[in-house]
Amino acid sequence: MNPIWPMYRALVGVGMLCGLLIAVVFQGTLPIIEKNKAEALEKAVFAVIPAAVSRETVELDGGEVYAGYDENGNLAGVAIEASAMGYADVLTLLYGYDPNSETIIGMQVLTSKETPGLGDKIEKDEAFLQQLGALDARVDDSGTAMRNRIVTVKNGTKTEPWQLDAITGATITSNAVGEALANSSERWIPKVKEWADEH
Amino acid sequence: MSTDEFIKGLWRENPVFVQVLGMCPVLAVTNSAINGLAMGLATTFVMLMSNTIVSTLRNFIPKQVRIATYILVIATFVTIVDYAIAAISIDLHKALGAFIALIVVNCLILGRAEAFASKHTIGDAILDALGMGAGFTIALLALGGVREILGSGSLFNVTLFPANFEPWIVMILPGGGFFTLGAWLLVINFFKARKAAQEAIE
Repeated sequence: MNPIWPMYRALVGVGMLCGLLIAVVFQGTLPIIEKNKAEALEKAVFAVIPAAVSRETVELDGGEVYAGYDENGNLAGVAIEASAMGYADVLTLLYGYDPNSETIIGMQVLTSKETPGLGDKIEKDEAFLQQLGALDARVDDSGTAMRNRIVTVKNGTKTEPWQLDAITGATITSNAVGEALANSSERWIPKVKEWADEH
Repeated sequence: MSTDEFIKGLWRENPVFVQVLGMCPVLAVTNSAINGLAMGLATTFVMLMSNTIVSTLRNFIPKQVRIATYILVIATFVTIVDYAIAAISIDLHKALGAFIALIVVNCLILGRAEAFASKHTIGDAILDALGMGAGFTIALLALGGVREILGSGSLFNVTLFPANFEPWIVMILPGGGFFTLGAWLLVINFFKARKAAQEAIE
């Protein structure tokens, strides 16, 4: 017999078995993983819109945002995803926007590989999160752009309501949060505001 | 089959403290005890499955393609573990991050497949994998525990110190991994050297 044959037999045989095994496990765990991810997003949506008790997904301009409603069925806020480059890898977050007061009312980190103890302060620092509970996000008179671009400033130098005081020792991550909010708000908030006014 | 195949991995040939293998996950994920435990168990599972299969197929795999076949088997079980952890807990999956996928290149697993499982019976290979896995898990727990106590002031997320304790943040950063590993190696080698010296006198 050709001496090559056992090699083919071993590699192809083991390869096929492994492929089959992975396919079975993938199919088996897929619904659970999808459910976990949906639950994590669900929790984040209600965390960034504190008054919301129910939510719906809104398709808007080729993307999705999540509208939250209070117990009377009124729009309590809209949760929007944002991302920017952090200190390590891309930082993605979800923020709540209230179209009535035109402010950002909350923020949750979805994925982050920031340094533990330093960069991950953006999830824990009280003063930082407090600012994200009331950050000015007004649309300008034309209704198509933001009046002021959200910007991160050095700790303790915040003078305007659309500025974000950085966390000492986590400047790059703080900047990433500001950058993510600024880019996402410019893209989404005018459209969300328009959508909210129609409803 | 002998129980020594199991026991040797715990202490005499401990994969981390004696063989100093698989340092990438050892240093990277042990910033808390729970991460260390999860990584240890995931590695043990992959090693158990790969040792079993490699030992079963040891007369079927030609020498020339053995490494490729082992990697195939190991990669399969790493992928399975990856899905399983994502299904069990998204938070744990987030904490372990890229290191789950990197179990595939943990030289400990390939080392046991090549050096042990491919030459021994299935029973011995299973005992070897369990022993090495247990030794690896204990070592990761020892590192993760020390780093979490000093770096976060807690153990398994249970706060140990009063609120005015200032955690040593360096311990949960990568540098802390090296300090802790160095300290453990120092302690273990100190006792080993003392034991050897006593035996020499006797």
